[in-house]
Amino acid sequence: MAAIRLTVLSGGLSQPSSSRLLADRLGEAAASALRDRGHEVEVTAIELRDLAREITDNLLTGFPAPALDRAIADVTGADGLIAVTPTFSASFSGLFKSFVDVIEPERFARLPVLMGATGGSARHSLVLEHALRPLFSYLKAETAPTGVYAASEDWAAGGATGLQHRLDRAGAEFAAIVERNAGTRPAWDPFALDAGELLGPGGLAGGTSHG
Amino acid sequence: MQFGIFSVGDVTVDPTTGTAPTEGERIKAILAIAQKAEEVGLDVFALGEHHNPPFVPSSPTTMLGWIAAKTQRLQLSTATTLITTNDPVKIAEDYAMLQHVADGRVDLTLGRGNTGPVYPWFGKDIREGIPLALENYALLRRLWDEEFVDWEGRFRTPLQGFQSTPRPLDGASPFVWHGSIRSPQIAEQAAFYGDGFFANHIFWPASHTAQMVRLYRQRFEHYGHGAADQAIVGLGGQVFMAKNSQDAVRAFRPYFDNAPVYGHGPSLEDFTSQTPLTVGSPQEVIDKTLGFRDYVGDYQRQLFLMDHAGLPLKTVLEQLDLLGEEVVPVLRAEFAKNRPAHVPDAPTHEALVATAGRRTEARERARGIAEADAERHAAAQPKAPQGASFSRQAR
Repeated sequence: MAAIRLTVLSGGLSQPSSSRLLADRLGEAAASALRDRGHEVEVTAIELRDLAREITDNLLTGFPAPALDRAIADVTGADGLIAVTPTFSASFSGLFKSFVDVIEPERFARLPVLMGATGGSARHSLVLEHALRPLFSYLKAETAPTGVYAASEDWAAGGATGLQHRLDRAGAEFAAIVERNAGTRPAWDPFALDAGELLGPGGLAGGTSHG
Repeated sequence: MQFGIFSVGDVTVDPTTGTAPTEGERIKAILAIAQKAEEVGLDVFALGEHHNPPFVPSSPTTMLGWIAAKTQRLQLSTATTLITTNDPVKIAEDYAMLQHVADGRVDLTLGRGNTGPVYPWFGKDIREGIPLALENYALLRRLWDEEFVDWEGRFRTPLQGFQSTPRPLDGASPFVWHGSIRSPQIAEQAAFYGDGFFANHIFWPASHTAQMVRLYRQRFEHYGHGAADQAIVGLGGQVFMAKNSQDAVRAFRPYFDNAPVYGHGPSLEDFTSQTPLTVGSPQEVIDKTLGFRDYVGDYQRQLFLMDHAGLPLKTVLEQLDLLGEEVVPVLRAEFAKNRPAHVPDAPTHEALVATAGRRTEARERARGIAEADAERHAAAQPKAPQGASFSRQAR
């Protein structure tokens, strides 16, 4: 069986970045859960900071430069996506949203997504539910029930409700969705034609009266 | 092979002087540019159609009619004519009229437009863009191909026994190109009718244009209009030249950096590496343009965008001198080499008059092929449960 391909996307801007740290931990949890289920796993990591210029260019020109094109293919063509953004002004970062904005929405359909977010305090933890989940629902991605929010204080917390516990639960839920959907998503083809649209009434073969 | 220029007719501030031409100055500049195109030996001048600033050409046939009177050989075309928001009856009449005025030196390129609000301004719905393009063109074809037309469709009032006037010159309607950047449906439409396909080409990477043209060629063959390499392909291009490559880059950079479409985005260097834009010596323009054939095959028409982004008229005219004197003669000779004899030229009026009957028969055959495709497609669909209605018909 082909290896499961996971892409880990981090929208963190600082170096080092706690969003990247959370993304890597989520990636490890998901990969570990998939290996427990008997799968080989390949993980690709993408930092949007490296693509900031290309993302802005794409907003203006309408097409991605080669490095961004590869990142978009890695994100939308994966068997599962781990997407982590810092919380800026009560939502995902503008760069994170801009990256999503330059991708054709249909390319996210049925993509399993494990959501993560970081912030300075736990007061923003619902950003997962009021910003990220509606975004991925609109895109018809399939989000894992548990997302993981990490505030600064979480990096020092342990125990039954600690970060590792949440990472493991999120990874396991996500792994089940990834396993179910793997190999079932059709490849995206921008040149595919909707035969119904062209061949139905009002299409090329007629459907208009001939006099 | 035909070489020419196309203008979108934007009024843009010249970033090096901070001034913009008036609408009147820009309109006169476009007319001067068209005359210059013939003077320097180009074959085609194509004009855009827009209904919102900063663009001025809202009425292309008015301007093309004037140009027709001032030129002898120049083929007049559009880039593009809005098949979605114009009444196809008016397109049929305007361009047949222009054919008579210009002694047949007319073709047109149909497009769906680049500005969302144009649809509601003309009473249309942008979500119907593709169905509008399909139905309006189906009516346009019949208005040109049949004397009297009975028509009923979704998007305009019905017609009974209507005859558009004047009739196409010598019984041969203007050749039609279909233009699209990213909609495969339009490539399919061009292929179905055996019409030309014009790839804008200039704003997107070559790999994308290559796939659109390949799709069009395959479907052209599928619909029985000839072999894939006999399909009629046009490409856009965009160049700025100086004898010395560095001078070209230095002179064009402020225009590039502030251009309406890509300004304040990618660097000139990135954009030239990712798209067909060439800024350099005439030899560099020749080399890059000859490379287009590597990914679209032997093609019929190459149009360059030369007058945009606030470039002053004097500069544009100098650019046209370089294009006509140093670039196009070499391109003509080089593109003619190794070109198979069965690859046709872009149709002229004379060729269309000679082949009008064959074209009608080919379109009838294509209709039969599409109907058979539709039947196969319908048979492959799951049966609708009883009582359910999936009809998309508006009638």
